Amino acid sequence: MQTEDLINALKADNARQPISLGRTWQVALAGATLAAAVVFWLSLGPRPDFMAAAHTLRFLFKFVATLLLASTAFELVRALSRPGSNVVRPALLMAAAPVAVALAVVTELVAVPSDQWRTVWWGTNISTCLTFIPLIGLVPLAVFLLALRHGAPTHPAVAGAVAGLLAGGLSATFYAAHCPDDSPLFVATWYSIAIAGLALLGTILGPRVARW
Amino acid sequence: MSGQDEEELAMWLQAAIAGDEKAYAAFLRRTGALVRGFARRRIIDGSLDPEDIVQETLLAIHTKRHTWRSDAPVLPWVFAIARFKLIDAFRKRGRRVEVDIDDIANTVAQQEAETVSERDMRRVLDGLAPGQRSVVAAISIEGHSIGETAAKYNMTETAVRVTLHRGLRAIAKKFGRS
Repeated sequence: MQTEDLINALKADNARQPISLGRTWQVALAGATLAAAVVFWLSLGPRPDFMAAAHTLRFLFKFVATLLLASTAFELVRALSRPGSNVVRPALLMAAAPVAVALAVVTELVAVPSDQWRTVWWGTNISTCLTFIPLIGLVPLAVFLLALRHGAPTHPAVAGAVAGLLAGGLSATFYAAHCPDDSPLFVATWYSIAIAGLALLGTILGPRVARW
Repeated sequence: MSGQDEEELAMWLQAAIAGDEKAYAAFLRRTGALVRGFARRRIIDGSLDPEDIVQETLLAIHTKRHTWRSDAPVLPWVFAIARFKLIDAFRKRGRRVEVDIDDIANTVAQQEAETVSERDMRRVLDGLAPGQRSVVAAISIEGHSIGETAAKYNMTETAVRVTLHRGLRAIAKKFGRS
């Protein structure tokens, strides 16, 4: 095929403009949040002392950490879905959530006597955390991978991983409202492992779903 | 960086998104010429036909044109897609490569004309369903308009558009997966 022939065909196909990618990401985020909310309310729901807990710093910090992760991952995955966009800045901003958690861990280690470290670290709810963060994040991950598929990620495995982190941050935000373990030691360990599971799944699926 | 290419391409692509077919053809032609220079300079062992990279890139640009932000520069977007398609083509032939884009500045200034070759349209179109094949061939090789093609095959213009669109997507998919 001569390239000029191809250009003839492409220009004749120009009348149909694809859906804007910015719009796609907005719809994906709204849909994923709704799906996570539905699964959360059907499976767990918030903890009984939610209102009282909302006055404690440890409880509130969980939302700071998970929302930081979700918002920075959303920026980065959108940049990764567009070829040639500058990803350095959003990639550096991804450090915000880990840094915040690290600071909280140090604060916790100072505030809590060392003989109680193990107790707050292990908490009471590890298996629920490791089960429900990935579970609540599954549909959001699928939605974000489909949005990536509509985009054009030149590094689909990395983009898939970040989609997993986004799904994980979103899912953990809901899960945090249920989880009775508020210590940053607990969050830093078990939330991270659960979210990493979704990131790994995204890494594997990204190149398969978002091929172009 | 060639500021003139950048400005013209951005102008054409914006007009194309607003529905201007002529501007779109101009955009694709200039982009093809730039990608041709890019590909020729990087395929030094003759293992790939640079024109294949040009066509795969143009097709990818077409199916993914909504990934360009109208406030972002066009050239980095074009070359990121060209580089992705070039690496993909090398990888399919079992080679691991890193394609350096540091010297985009040199590439950008140089457009290259397609050398006339007996490239076989059939090879690309063979994978299509018969209906798609005749519509895509009528518009691309024979250069008919949508209207002429509709009259020729006794189809509505909408049906021709849909068939063309599906045919192009099928070709793009084949490039992506084969």
